[in-house]
Amino acid sequence: MTHIKQMNDVRAALLKTMVLIRRAEQRISDLYSEYEMRCPTHLCSGQEGICAGISHALDTKDMVFSGHRSHGHYIAKGGDLRSMFAELYGKQTGCAAGKGGSQHLIDIDCGFMGAAPILSSTISVGVGAAWSSKLDGLDQVVVVYFGDGATEEGVFHESANFAAVHKLPVLFVCENNLYSVHSALDVRQPERPISAFGDAHGMDSALVDGNDAIAVHEVARVAVERARRGLGPTLIEATTYRYFEHCGPNEDINLGYRTASEADAWREQDPITRIKDQLSENLFSEIVSSSDLVIENAVEFAKASPFPELDQLYKHVLPGG
Amino acid sequence: MRDLKFSEAIREAQSQMLADDPNVLLMGLGVPGPTGIFGTSSGLQEQFGSDRVIDTPSSENAMTGVALGASVLGKRPIMVHMRVDFAVLSMEPIVNQAAKWHYMYGGKMRAPIVIRMIIGRGWGQGPQHSQSLQSWFAHVPGLKVVMPARPLDAKGMIISAVRDDAPVVIFEHRWLYNLSGPVPEEITPTPLEGAQVLRQGKDITIAATSYMVIEALKAAEELQKIGVDAEVIDLRCLTPIDTYTLDASLKKTGYLVVADTGQEACGIAAEVISQVAQKSFTHLKGAPKCVTLPHIPTPTSPALADHFYPDYRDLMTAAHSALDLQVPLPPALPQKSQWRDIPDPSFTGPY
Repeated sequence: MTHIKQMNDVRAALLKTMVLIRRAEQRISDLYSEYEMRCPTHLCSGQEGICAGISHALDTKDMVFSGHRSHGHYIAKGGDLRSMFAELYGKQTGCAAGKGGSQHLIDIDCGFMGAAPILSSTISVGVGAAWSSKLDGLDQVVVVYFGDGATEEGVFHESANFAAVHKLPVLFVCENNLYSVHSALDVRQPERPISAFGDAHGMDSALVDGNDAIAVHEVARVAVERARRGLGPTLIEATTYRYFEHCGPNEDINLGYRTASEADAWREQDPITRIKDQLSENLFSEIVSSSDLVIENAVEFAKASPFPELDQLYKHVLPGG
Repeated sequence: MRDLKFSEAIREAQSQMLADDPNVLLMGLGVPGPTGIFGTSSGLQEQFGSDRVIDTPSSENAMTGVALGASVLGKRPIMVHMRVDFAVLSMEPIVNQAAKWHYMYGGKMRAPIVIRMIIGRGWGQGPQHSQSLQSWFAHVPGLKVVMPARPLDAKGMIISAVRDDAPVVIFEHRWLYNLSGPVPEEITPTPLEGAQVLRQGKDITIAATSYMVIEALKAAEELQKIGVDAEVIDLRCLTPIDTYTLDASLKKTGYLVVADTGQEACGIAAEVISQVAQKSFTHLKGAPKCVTLPHIPTPTSPALADHFYPDYRDLMTAAHSALDLQVPLPPALPQKSQWRDIPDPSFTGPY
């Protein structure tokens, strides 16, 4: 009975995170056509199971680095929703003061250390953070999120090598959603799991169904524990699928690079539906309404916030400036 | 001559070169994709096959070396980067290898690769999707660097670049893509050296690169309203800067405003002024002016980006100041939208 209750608590926590991400992004998608969020925006709907599962295995002091599709990573780590929306609206109150937009979210207080859209560019930075933390004897784990495309960059392998040699407390989390922009995985990589790079780089690895948040959570829990014990990094490949276009608020099946039947099959495996069905309908409704309240508050805050003044343009180029 | 959009001119050039020479290859992430690099590669894989028109892994560094290796054996690869910022990952094979292959092997090797880099702008492209790094490449001996501003040059420069035995980097500004102009149907090369005078004038010379040429032409029209007759030079080719055309113009006008899409420090505009100071000093009647990006990364918020990018008004102000005019500038043209972060109303993000 206790075990069942524990399991249900985990499910409820994961569901809460996933629903908040899903509803927040749906709101972005709905509001984008007002043309007030004027920045490239990469939505992660369909992929929430991964960051929810990972983040629930982390403490606040642990750190996350991300790429262009970072909203879910940010929210799951506890990033402030008001300053995220304000950033999308280009406002002074945004988490990067309007300088970065959707592609450069940051919330250091909760351990979300930054995001950047150049493929694989934050992987090495995350490894460096883990190295520093280890040198200082701090018990922090670092998660670096990236997509399947980033594993084609040399720096991914160079970073994995260094992290393995120094047994750094890193979780390399590859969200494999099968496409780099519109280019399918099978024209870019041979047929083998990305998780196989773990072996090649001498680290533990796991291949997990990224749409099963419970399974991701379990894999992450083991990897985090190993990292904390000084046993080094783990590569986690989580398979998943994005519902929206690569960049922007719409669906894109009409482009023809992926099929409606493929998308439908993945929607059958929706990470939220899979957990929701194991919990009460009431609980789900409560989670949805409480999420919507938080989101509306964030949207109102963002819209009401001022734009940065001209003097902000020259601020922050160098420290002290 | 029929009109083509800048993007269509690029597509036509590549199509004709693929047809003209079986050694020509086209490669890059998304090249055969449904949006075909903003239309510039649409349909080319269907037409020329998946051996010659290929999608690539997200491996800019390795793929540039791969293109170099293929070019060494006689292929003529065209590589495409959807943003300059991604090409930064391939600096090593471009700067250390391709640029030097011919020289350091005593002329025995060739590196005839063409690298297209697109400069992003607008709709919050921000710090990592909108850099204008042409001066980095123009600084390196062994590379040819060009920046077409007009559709016919976009076509003509790709033709010349493919046929050239040196590595050529072509910078294409995203805001030029929808602009139309006359383009010859035949294979008509544009030389990879030499500027072009686009508007004759006697009072002041405005020398510009890439999209700033469009702003320069607009500024010249507006300056005419207060009786200033500006000459507009499209610099086009950066290696080297065409000092002959500049000298001839300055001999007439004596005043210079230089506009570039990049930053001023160690940049193209600074290089132009350096060349002019060395070679045309006696023509100058006043200090030259630069109109460039301020020395800061691109901000994402439209409220900041609007102040970041200079436009025709800044060129007019610079000309006004250079000439020390007493008459006020004419009023600014009406703004078409709340923000200036789009080139035309059809450009509504997310790109």
